[in-house]
Amino acid sequence: MEFPTALVLNAIIAGLLLGGFYAAVSVGISISFGMLDVVNIAHPAFIILGSYIAYIVNDRMGIDPIAVSVVVSPLFFALGMLLYRIYYLCFEKRGQESLRGLAFFFGILFITEVALVLIFGVDYRLVQTAYSETTWRLGAVDFPMRLVVPFLVSVTMVVGVQLFLSHTFFGRAVLAVAQDQLALRLMGVNPTRVKEFAFALSIATAGVAGAFLIVIQPVQPAIGREYIGLVFAVCVLGGMGSIWGTLLGAFVLGLAESFTSTFFGPSWAPAVSFGLLLAALAFKPSGLLGR
Amino acid sequence: MADVLSRPLLEVLAVTKRFGGFTALDKVDLVVRPGERLGLIGPNGSGKSTLVNCISGTLRNEEGDIRFEGRDIGKEPAHRRTRLGLARSFQIPKPFASMSVLDNLRIPLVYAARQHEKLSKSQVTDEALHILQQVGLGDKVNAMSRGLTQVDMRKLELARAMAAKPKLLISDEAMAGLSASEVDDILVLLSGLKQQAVAVIMIEHVMRAVMKFSERVAVLVAGRKIADGDPQAVASNMEVVTAYLGQ
Amino acid sequence: MTNRNFAVVAFAIALAIVAASRLILNDYFFSAAYTVLQFIILATAWNILGGYTGYVNFGSAAFFATGAYSTVFLYKALHAPLFVMIVTGTLAAGLLGLAVGYLTLRLRGVFFAIATLALSVVLYTFVVNWDYVGGARGAYILQPRDIPFGLPRYIHLLYSAMVLMTALALVVARAIETSTIGRGLAAIRDDELAAECAGVPTLRLKIFSATISGALMGMAGTTFPYYLSYVEPSAAFNLSYAVNSIAMPLIGGMMSWVGPVIGAVLLGTVQQVVQVTISSAWNLLIVGVLLVVFVTLAPDGIMGWVEAWRRRRKR
Repeated sequence: MEFPTALVLNAIIAGLLLGGFYAAVSVGISISFGMLDVVNIAHPAFIILGSYIAYIVNDRMGIDPIAVSVVVSPLFFALGMLLYRIYYLCFEKRGQESLRGLAFFFGILFITEVALVLIFGVDYRLVQTAYSETTWRLGAVDFPMRLVVPFLVSVTMVVGVQLFLSHTFFGRAVLAVAQDQLALRLMGVNPTRVKEFAFALSIATAGVAGAFLIVIQPVQPAIGREYIGLVFAVCVLGGMGSIWGTLLGAFVLGLAESFTSTFFGPSWAPAVSFGLLLAALAFKPSGLLGR
Repeated sequence: MADVLSRPLLEVLAVTKRFGGFTALDKVDLVVRPGERLGLIGPNGSGKSTLVNCISGTLRNEEGDIRFEGRDIGKEPAHRRTRLGLARSFQIPKPFASMSVLDNLRIPLVYAARQHEKLSKSQVTDEALHILQQVGLGDKVNAMSRGLTQVDMRKLELARAMAAKPKLLISDEAMAGLSASEVDDILVLLSGLKQQAVAVIMIEHVMRAVMKFSERVAVLVAGRKIADGDPQAVASNMEVVTAYLGQ
Repeated sequence: MTNRNFAVVAFAIALAIVAASRLILNDYFFSAAYTVLQFIILATAWNILGGYTGYVNFGSAAFFATGAYSTVFLYKALHAPLFVMIVTGTLAAGLLGLAVGYLTLRLRGVFFAIATLALSVVLYTFVVNWDYVGGARGAYILQPRDIPFGLPRYIHLLYSAMVLMTALALVVARAIETSTIGRGLAAIRDDELAAECAGVPTLRLKIFSATISGALMGMAGTTFPYYLSYVEPSAAFNLSYAVNSIAMPLIGGMMSWVGPVIGAVLLGTVQQVVQVTISSAWNLLIVGVLLVVFVTLAPDGIMGWVEAWRRRRKR
């Protein structure tokens, strides 16, 4: 049988384009879980929330969803700060993080999903953008704009976050708080404020990424749960707390999903990210082990 | 007086532990004989707690061997090392917060001591009460462990280690931040272990306690052992003094 | 009360309930009771790994569905009797608990929790693609015409089975809670590192806890296909199982076997009412809100209030 070059090339391109998007979706978890050690399982809830907000504005006023997301990001930032305050007061301070914190975030995820179902129903929602229907062709390879545009803004956002973290004072404070809170205090910086800021940033990225999501595919409330495995898989594969690692892990996942979808059918795709996560957790040596 | 002719109880042989690029322990050798009282001192960050963790099994050393009663325990998980007779306390007390003081002791009695001693259910309770009396928590037997004062928590930590009926007990900075009389309380407690022929490694910064308690003192600086011997000799050793004064 | 006496009392009450139910003619009663009993078993099972051991399982649906789908499989393959299906489903789910536990319980609790989430999705995808048990289209399970023990209707048999299984789950939970193993699990929950250094074989106990917990959750699902007469993946993997099995022990109290029962009865009843009067989506929203409210404000649940009140009275 002839080697299916066109098929493979398209799978690769789709995988890379998706991978860039997956990095945007996961960079928040790299911060909240990788750096702050907060198991925010509700992260995907904010992604979906971002999708729906973009949908409403696009539906009513025809504005491009990605533009909407940027404008709306301060709202998500504020939401993130509020959420962290509650988490900190009720869980981190009391020293009862693990079980109760997990249950808390799960509850938030759950409430968000059900609330969206009540407001919007379970039908898929999609957006109309100027470029949704356009596809560039390069030889045998397709570059659908609905994947390319989110890819470009995703990578921009992820790189932007990395640059912020490594080149600004507050960004470096975030990197520091993960390693040495005492040193930060001695410098006169309040670690709790820094963590609050970082967490808020992670939620803001989620909201923005949600707008990217609805450009790529139609959205319904239950999708959030599928993304849990994805974001944690990317974070774990990428080595926890490294933004560049997140980018790499995202590309790996994107490619794996793309190939699975192409050669085994799209109904197997959700299992890929979770399967990879399970494999990574079960077999990845040290760094994950321990108490 | 330790039995110098007997076989060593604990042998730490050229143990090295690294965290990424940082070497926390660099070919550390240490020997403890049955019933011996060893003081382990060193500046903050010198690797004392890392050494304790490697010995007790909560961390794995990259190089070197650890032998207990002649047997290589390097591959044994921590709980099995405790059952073999190697107990430790934690620098920051880790009580079982949902349990009473008495129940805290039942855990090591049932899960460690009972592995090498026949203990019926009522004997477990008796033993626990006895140990609590010994450490001075006799009147707090049914108190919830999470409401204890600092010094009582330290006592509970040590009591829990003692309840494992160990042959070697490692006390990790049990006196840190305590008042002079509280330090004396702990000292009495640890000295009492002499009668049970339990070897003790005491890790402390409180010099007078270390000098009073130890038959031998070892000094750890930046992951290396720089002195090991008679307490007075070690104390006057120039290297040790400068390490502490940071010159 | 010793565990043996408790078991005797529990099963005596169970048999009495079963006998008394012959007199009830209202079908709705059995439907509501079946659901509440299902929740009691799920909540009790979840709490063994959750409340007793301190490890959160988000994938209750996966274990429940394992029980349900092993029944479907045996129905299609052998038309096996109900009892065989119950035992097989329980064993299958227990094996799943063992496998997942063995692979992921060496890791921190958070990774175990995330792995259980992953498990649900992976298993769901498998079932959806497995045509033998119906795949996405679902499978029909016909209730047999001959009903053993001379019971009038098949729902009576299902109900009786559930009552007995509930008694079993409670006996097992209480036995674990009051045994040496239970003390070890509590130590793990309170401080795993300290427990390990106190001689507790933490990994072994955690895997044991996960196996029993998984098995009982699967047991809850084994009669489900017969109850519905039709099973499809979204019903077996329903989100309500995941959230309820966490919310019920949390609201009732996670420290003992009583809490999950209280939580299941209270929350189960509330849900039955809301579902009938408003809608099932509002139903789930209420459960979610209660979960968040209780976990932030009253983490020890209702039994926690009771304990605090008792302690205040002693003084």
